[in-house]
Amino acid sequence: MRKKSLTLFSDGTLYRKENTLYFENAQGKKPLAIEGIYDIYIYGKVTITSQALHFLAQKGIAVHFFNHYGYYDGSFYPRESLHSGDLVIKQAEHYLDREKRLRLAKLFVRGASKNMERNLKRFGAEGNFSELLEELEDTRKITDVMNVEARIRQEYYALWDETLPDGFKIVKRTRRPPQNEMNALISFLNSRLYPAIISELYNTQLTPTISYLHEPSERRFSLALDLSEIFKPIIADRIANRLVKQGVIKKEHFREDLNGVLLNDEGKKIVLKAFNEEMRKSVKHPKLKRNVTKQRLIRLEAYKLIKHLVGTQEYEPLVAWF
Amino acid sequence: MREYLLTELFVTGTEINYLFICKTKLWYFSKGITMEQESEWVDLGKFLHEKSYFGEEKEVKIGPISIDFIKKDDIIEVHEVKKGKSMEKAHEMQALYYLYYLKKLGINAKAILNYPKLRETKEITLEGREKEVEDSIREVERIKSFPIPPKPVKTKKCKTCAYYELCWV
Ligand code: SF4
Repeated sequence: MRKKSLTLFSDGTLYRKENTLYFENAQGKKPLAIEGIYDIYIYGKVTITSQALHFLAQKGIAVHFFNHYGYYDGSFYPRESLHSGDLVIKQAEHYLDREKRLRLAKLFVRGASKNMERNLKRFGAEGNFSELLEELEDTRKITDVMNVEARIRQEYYALWDETLPDGFKIVKRTRRPPQNEMNALISFLNSRLYPAIISELYNTQLTPTISYLHEPSERRFSLALDLSEIFKPIIADRIANRLVKQGVIKKEHFREDLNGVLLNDEGKKIVLKAFNEEMRKSVKHPKLKRNVTKQRLIRLEAYKLIKHLVGTQEYEPLVAWF
Repeated sequence: MREYLLTELFVTGTEINYLFICKTKLWYFSKGITMEQESEWVDLGKFLHEKSYFGEEKEVKIGPISIDFIKKDDIIEVHEVKKGKSMEKAHEMQALYYLYYLKKLGINAKAILNYPKLRETKEITLEGREKEVEDSIREVERIKSFPIPPKPVKTKKCKTCAYYELCWV
C-alpha cells in the first residue's frame, strides 16, 4: 500500500485510543489507518493530544501546521530515524568548501531557470535566460548567485504575466502579505510545497539543515528551500497557471484582509485538492523507465543529491520533460 | 582477524548477505544509507545478548529472513525460512557467518535453510568453512573502505531492489 498525505482542513481533535488514531470534528469521529499515512497537513484549528504525537513519532510521521491564512507555520518533525554519519560529514564538507558549495548553489539556480523556461513555453510566452545563465557561471559568491536568480525570476514573472488574464497579473511578485490574487495563490501553493519537501527529506538520510544556495541559518529546513527552487516552477506555478486560466479559481475565491489579499476557505480547498491531485499524478521517468509520481520526483532529487555528495554522480537538477 | 562486538553481528550478517547480492548495496548500507524496508529490522546482536533463547524456540526476523533458534539435544539449530533460491549463496553465507559467530561464543550450532515453497531443506554446518567466512568478512571490510560506492551493475536483482531508484536515477 502506498502511503498517503492526510490533509485536515476542518477544526477538530486528533487523538489516539489504543492503537488507532482518530480525528473527531463536528461531523463525528473517524478512525485513521496509521499505516497508510505518509504525513499530515493541518489547516484547521486542531487539538492534538500528546498520545497522538507519541504515536506519530513512533511511526515516523511528520505533521505540518499552517496558520489561519493558510501559510506554513512549522512542523512536528519526529526524532530522526534514518542516520548516516558519513553523509552528514559529506554534506558539511560540501558546505564548507567554497567551490563545492558554489557548484551546488549554481546547479539549483540552473535547474530552477530551466524549469521556468519550460513553463514559459507551456504558458504561451517566449523567453530564455541563456544570457543570465552565462552570467551565473561566472559568479564567485553565493550572494551573486542569489542575485542572478532574483533577476531571472523577475524576468520570468514579467513574461508569464503577459499570458495571464486581467485581474490575475502578478505585476510585482509580493509576499508577506501578498497584495493581489495571483501572488496570494502562488504563495499559498509554495507554502504547501515546502513542507512536502521537508517530508521527503525526513525519509532520507540527508540533514535538512545543511544547505547550499540558501544559508543554513535562514530557516531550519534550509535544504528544503534549495530543493524548492527546482519544484516551485514545475509544481506550484503550473497549478496556479492552470487554475486561473481554466477559470477554476476566480476572484470570488479571495478576500481582502488587513494582511493583504488571501484565498478564502473555498479557494484554499480548491487549491489543496488540485495540489494533492497533482502530486499523485505520474510521469514516465526516462532514466528509471518507470512511472513515478510528482511527489516521488522530490525524493529522487534527494537521492541525486546523496549521490553527488558521496561522489558517485554529479547532481543534475530535474528539468521537466513533461 | 579482528574481533567483532556482539552488537555488530546483525549489521555484519546483513553485510555478508549483501556481499553476495550486490556490492553497491553493501556499500550504501554500511554507510547508513538504508532504504525504508531495512529500517525496521530487529537487531540480532541485541537479541542474542539477552541469551534468553536457550532452551526454547525464539523467532527473530531480519528483513526477509526469519530465524528460529531451536535447541535440540546439545546443539542449537538455526532455522532460516526462505522464499526462494535466487539468493541462495547470500543466505548460505549469512547463515555460515552466524554459525561462525556462535562458535566464537562457544555455542555449537548448525543451520537449516528451509524452502517451504520448494519443499526442500538444506543443512549447513561450519565445519571446514571457516576460511570462507573469514574471507567474506575481509571482503566486506575492503568494500566498506572504498571512498565511493562501487559502480552499480544492472542485473535482474535491481528490479526488486530497494535501492533501485538511488542507483539508477
Ligand atoms: S539496484 Fe541493482 S545495482 Fe543498485 S543496489 Fe540494487 S541490486 Fe545493486
